[in-house]
Amino acid sequence: MDLKDISTSVPRKDHKGKVSGQLAYISDVKVENMVYGVLYRSPIAYGKIISIQLPNLPEGYEAVGAEDIPGPNYVKIIKEDQPIFANDWVNYIGEPILMLVGGDLNILYSLLDEVKIELEEHQAIYTLDKAIKQKSVPGVNMASYEFGESLEIISAIELKAHQIIEEEYDTGYQEHVYLEPQGMLAIYKEDEIVVQGSMQCLYYIKNALLSALACGDDDVRVVQSPTGGGFGGKEDYPSMMACHVAVAAKAVKKSVMLVFDRSEDMVVTTKRHPAKLKYRTAIDKDGNILSMCVEIFLDGGANVGLSSVVLQRALINSAGVYKIPHFHSKGYVLKTNTVPNGAFRGFGAPQSFAGIESHIGHLSKLANIDPIEYKRKYLVKQGDPTITKGNFRDPILMEEMIEDLLNASDYKKKKVEFQTFNQQNQRYKKGIGTSLFLHGCGFTGSGERDHIKATVKLVKSKDGKVILKISNSDMGQGIYTTLSKIVAKELDILYEKVLYPDPDTKEVPDSGPTVASRTTMIVGKLLQRAAKKLKDQWQSGVEQEVVEHYVHREMIPWDEKTFTGDAYPAYSWGVNIVEVEVDTLTGNLKLEKVYANYEVGKVIDDRVMKGQIDGGLAQGLAYGYLEKMTSREGKIQQKSISDYGPPTSLDVVTIQSKVFDNPYADGPYGAKGAGELTLIGGAPAVQAAIEDALQTSFQQIPITPEVIIESLWMREGEEG
Amino acid sequence: MIKFTLNGRKVETDAPATARLLDLIREEHLLIGTKEGCGEGECGACSVFVNNLLQNSCLIPIGSIEGADIVTIEGIMETEQFKILDESYSIAGGVQCGYCIPGMVMASAALLTKNPNPSEAEIREGISGNLCRCTGYNMIVDAISKAAKKGDGLWQRK
Ligand code: FES
Ligand code: FES
Repeated sequence: MDLKDISTSVPRKDHKGKVSGQLAYISDVKVENMVYGVLYRSPIAYGKIISIQLPNLPEGYEAVGAEDIPGPNYVKIIKEDQPIFANDWVNYIGEPILMLVGGDLNILYSLLDEVKIELEEHQAIYTLDKAIKQKSVPGVNMASYEFGESLEIISAIELKAHQIIEEEYDTGYQEHVYLEPQGMLAIYKEDEIVVQGSMQCLYYIKNALLSALACGDDDVRVVQSPTGGGFGGKEDYPSMMACHVAVAAKAVKKSVMLVFDRSEDMVVTTKRHPAKLKYRTAIDKDGNILSMCVEIFLDGGANVGLSSVVLQRALINSAGVYKIPHFHSKGYVLKTNTVPNGAFRGFGAPQSFAGIESHIGHLSKLANIDPIEYKRKYLVKQGDPTITKGNFRDPILMEEMIEDLLNASDYKKKKVEFQTFNQQNQRYKKGIGTSLFLHGCGFTGSGERDHIKATVKLVKSKDGKVILKISNSDMGQGIYTTLSKIVAKELDILYEKVLYPDPDTKEVPDSGPTVASRTTMIVGKLLQRAAKKLKDQWQSGVEQEVVEHYVHREMIPWDEKTFTGDAYPAYSWGVNIVEVEVDTLTGNLKLEKVYANYEVGKVIDDRVMKGQIDGGLAQGLAYGYLEKMTSREGKIQQKSISDYGPPTSLDVVTIQSKVFDNPYADGPYGAKGAGELTLIGGAPAVQAAIEDALQTSFQQIPITPEVIIESLWMREGEEG
Repeated sequence: MIKFTLNGRKVETDAPATARLLDLIREEHLLIGTKEGCGEGECGACSVFVNNLLQNSCLIPIGSIEGADIVTIEGIMETEQFKILDESYSIAGGVQCGYCIPGMVMASAALLTKNPNPSEAEIREGISGNLCRCTGYNMIVDAISKAAKKGDGLWQRK
């Protein structure tokens, strides 16, 4: 492929089928002898199942439950704490208890209404605050880590400090709202079960199935269907659905389809963890930071799932992009009897960055310094240690990126203009805010080397086509395009000659899950190496195959126990500036301008990158002021899209963005991760802009109109 | 028995009057381009034309479409207008996961037919009933404005 610069955009591989709607997502698939499944779910948050009474099932309708599971009754993720079908205790409203299968969905739904269950209800924990109070009760603390400067040293510093600033900050749920609801199909065959559906991680599912079905490697096969958005929501959750349909298919000897409707999807699938973050910072008389202690509490929901890993990322990011003297951090995943929380684009980092950016912003006010200048004083530089005693060993372009964005947005001038505007206007107030952030690319620590051990394969056909054999999903982020392009360029063959079919575990080795901003950087690099090898051996007219395995970058070894070492091989960086106008009468917020600079090593495709910027930032901004999900007595309150409120085309504005080149030696053509980074800066920048407009401080996101009005009332009350 | 026109063909069905048009399109006629994202009229993934008006087919009971002219994405796929939208979406990068896209394309076509030269604000308004979770909309807005320019004159004819 003759591209001078790899970043030059090429047509999307999957464009045709998508624009015409003719690409079949899982709910578009029909197979012979297919029945539907519906789940009977726990009506209570915590209790013991005493008995279940099924209605008379008509011919062709069957019930499937825990007794039908050939292997152990849990979904294999990290810990063995999530039953496939709860048959003893239930831990949250909506927990699956059994499945009814049959040919007609309407009949299945009416049968569900007739299932009778007797339960012994126990006292549940509904809120994170309650869980924090009960954290020493056995079972509540599901994971915790602590690291950093010794607390004795910090106490000594605090004793001499001018002031100790303490803040508590809360972040809410975030729901993925991938436009395609979750769906999974198990195709029943005599000698194999093929599980097909909307997913990010084929081998997570395959491993969960091997355990649940207690079967051999050749007895199950996982195939990805075109996936209508994931954002992390199809990382862990599909494993459970896959177990449901596969167990059912085995039991009834038919193919079983399970597709959620929107309200079921919103109520029972994983979400971004609500969090409480506590900051305790010692400052001197000029407002300089002397020490900082951070405590993070994540609401894990009813089981731990991936939450311990989410907590790790939250903690590793707890100091933001700053070099804070004498920093100490500690965090917990706590159990509540609510829907389990899981992966969501950013994976713990969005909570941490919202919190630290907010706190640092508030400290800058005390120091009477413009937030961006205050932040710049503490910005990490190349060669600085990380808070886990790792090292920022690659060049960091943040200073340049900040300067550029300040100019692009005319930040200083706007500050002054908005002040004048706000003095002259009673009702509408304008503000401008910034956020600085990074994202560690790839798995935390030595996860790639010790757990994932990715392998990729390239197959060349006789007629010179090259096929990517990897287990990574295109869920819209564009890897069919970007990874194909890397291979085409390296081999110097036409982009059209590189094929990337929907992955199927029978065909592809385990190149790892499609998560953690690892696909381009890690899998892309392996593919580039494989392509190079293939090029060296290239023989026309014969079929050829090359395989490559992961090689670990030399780093300071990660030790999960002491929480020290290099947490990530590389980091991507970002700066956002947001302008808002707040209507003080209604509390409504209008985004006026959004500016964004990023550094992701090297962009593999400009157009795909822009899509990641616009889409990620839209989600990140909305996390800060628009999207609100709550749970009451264990029940999710927002059951429809409009109850929840993700952005529409009217909520977003043009985003003025730029990406800086800073090639990374261990990434393909210098690329690092990009998909999660773009979400992270949105919420903190929006908060800072609202605070600037209203000259007040907030200790939570989302900052909805209600929150704004309440804060204005409180201020009025205080003022007289 | 309910009779109507689907993509230019006369069709009839025995399905109950309360059945959703969306299911009829997908299950009886196996046209998969009309997607279900919410089933409650909130996402626009199921957008079709009913007598030339953009409608959410998940909200339409088939009892109400006797004699109506229904057009799905499959029904416009061969038109010049679709080709222009297809190209513009590709160049602008408006497609990511694709699940919202057939509905978006229908909304785009409806908008441009009504207003061949929409402003950015009018485009945003025109697709405000169609949810997209991947793109943040801007590249879709751009696609539509590109299609308006490229389609010069073509959109008025209908
Ligand atoms: S499925 Fe009809 S509007 Fe969402
Ligand atoms: S492209 Fe995924 S929802 Fe629009």
